[in-house]
Amino acid sequence: MWELTLAHYLTVAAIVFTLGMFGIFLNRKNVIIILMSIELMLLAVNINLVAFSWHLGDLVGQVFAMLILTVAAAEAAIGLAILVVYFRNRGSIAVEDINMMKG
Amino acid sequence: MIVQTLCFYLFAAVMVASAVMVISARNPVHSVLYLILAFFNAAGLFVLIGAEFLAMILVVVYVGAVAVLFLFVVMMLDVNVAELRQGFLQYLPIGGLIGLILLVELVMVAGFVITAPEVGEAVARVPMPPPEQVTNTEALGRVLYTDYVYLFQASGLVLLVAMIGAIVLTLRQREGVRRQVIAAQIARKRSEAIEVKDVPSGSGI
Repeated sequence: MWELTLAHYLTVAAIVFTLGMFGIFLNRKNVIIILMSIELMLLAVNINLVAFSWHLGDLVGQVFAMLILTVAAAEAAIGLAILVVYFRNRGSIAVEDINMMKG
Repeated sequence: MIVQTLCFYLFAAVMVASAVMVISARNPVHSVLYLILAFFNAAGLFVLIGAEFLAMILVVVYVGAVAVLFLFVVMMLDVNVAELRQGFLQYLPIGGLIGLILLVELVMVAGFVITAPEVGEAVARVPMPPPEQVTNTEALGRVLYTDYVYLFQASGLVLLVAMIGAIVLTLRQREGVRRQVIAAQIARKRSEAIEVKDVPSGSGI
């Protein structure tokens, strides 16, 4: 209980990941919140990687956590750019309105 | 040791609470602010287990760039929040069920890892140097710029593509905007710029 172990970190990461996924279900209409939920999930993955890096005494986990950070930043930038363009064209960001390519 | 664990519990509790607020706050601006709080607490968690460089990068990249980007977009888009909140509770049961199943599975996986501790030092590819001799940043740099230099370059390319993509997507040419045309300015002649009128005194033009 009072010793910091890998289980502590894995549990926190699991909770945050689940909350991120739950957020996607909960905010089915708001794309911005969905993007934020994805950021939360990536953060949980990062916590997992760093925790295992600490547990195994292996630096590679931190290297890959950094790469995930990079990809998360790129994803947020592109996602928000698409969102801005979409809002400019349609005047709405509700997920249900995104069906122009349905045919 | 006990202080470390207490700090862990503090950071973890605040982080989980702010994650809950991210997905349940009414106002998207509040969601972004809670997301920033969650990132700060994750940085604290990283510091606790000696990943200082990643903690600082997390603060710089996530809080300084990504969260501020979110904030800009949330404030720039004129979104009707109340309309987006409709049907908020409609997906609560199915979402809660799936979330619960996933959480139980993940915690079971965590428990399985803990019961097999012999997966230990044997698999370490790049052993972590003792923190008294080499700082975390230096150790990470030594690995990143040697063994993983291709991945480092690839992540740079990803960022470049993302940057160009974001610019290309959001750039637009507005119609009817009067811009400065330097060539036309330079090509102007005196004859077409000014006109000399001979005004007789006592009467207007």
